[in-house]
Amino acid sequence: MTVLFYLAASVALISTLAVIIQTNVVHALLYLILSLLAVAVIFYTLGAPFAAMLEAIVYAGAIMVLFLFVIMMLNLGQRSREQEKSWLEKRIWIAPVLMAAALVAQLINVASQQQANVSGVEVGVREVGLALFGPYVLAVEIASVLLLAGLVGAYHLAKK
Amino acid sequence: MQAIPLEHGLILAAMLFALGLIGVLTRRNIVFVLMCLEIMLNACGLAFVAASARWGHADGQIMFLMILTLAAAEVAVGLGLIIQMYRKFQTVDINVLTQMKG
Repeated sequence: MTVLFYLAASVALISTLAVIIQTNVVHALLYLILSLLAVAVIFYTLGAPFAAMLEAIVYAGAIMVLFLFVIMMLNLGQRSREQEKSWLEKRIWIAPVLMAAALVAQLINVASQQQANVSGVEVGVREVGLALFGPYVLAVEIASVLLLAGLVGAYHLAKK
Repeated sequence: MQAIPLEHGLILAAMLFALGLIGVLTRRNIVFVLMCLEIMLNACGLAFVAASARWGHADGQIMFLMILTLAAAEVAVGLGLIIQMYRKFQTVDINVLTQMKG
C-alpha cells in the first residue's frame, strides 16, 4: 500500500508538471485527467475509497469533460498552438517559480513537524453517509443551493 | 505493512498546490489558468483527505465533497465566462481583459 502511494504520488507530480508546461490545450487537459486519477489512487491508499470514487467520477469524469466540451466548442486550431509557443518564453518562469518555491519551502517546513502516521482505518461510504446525514446535513443543503446558483449562472452566461 | 506518514501526504499537497500556482502565474491562455486553478483546488482536497485519514474520521472526506461541489459550480460559471470572452474578443488571451468598464 505504501509503494502504491509513492508511485501514484510521483505520477501525479509528473503529470501536473506536464500540464503547466504543455502548449497544446487538449494534451494539457489529458495530463490533468491523469493527475486527477493518480490522486484518486492516493485517496484509496489513504483509506478513503469514497473520496477516491468521487474524485474519479466527478472531478476527472465530469468537470474535465466539461472543459473538453468548451475547448472543442471554441475550436482554437493550429494558429493557437503557435501562439501558445510564442507566449511561453523561458524568462517568464523565473519569478513565479521562485515565489512558489518560497511558499513550498515554508509549507514543507510546517508539514514536517507532524510526527503522525496515517491510520490504516478505512473510512468507507457508510461512515461518510452517516456523517452527511448527521452533523453535516446543513452543508449538504447549502451545497445544493450552491449548485443551483452555478447552474443558473452558467445558463445565463452561455446564452447569446 | 508500514503506515504512510502524514507529512508525506501534506508535502505532496503543497507541491501540487505550488505547481498549480506557477501555472496560474505564467500562462496567458485563460483556459490554462482555469485548469491550474483546478489543480490548486484538488491539492487542497488532498490535504483535507490526508489529514482526516490520520485521525480515521469522515470529516475530511465531507470537506472534500464540499470542495468538489464548489469546483464544479466554479468551473461551470468560469467556462461560461470564457465563452462570453471569446465571443466578444475572438481570443483567449487574458491581456485583452485589461479594461474595466467606466
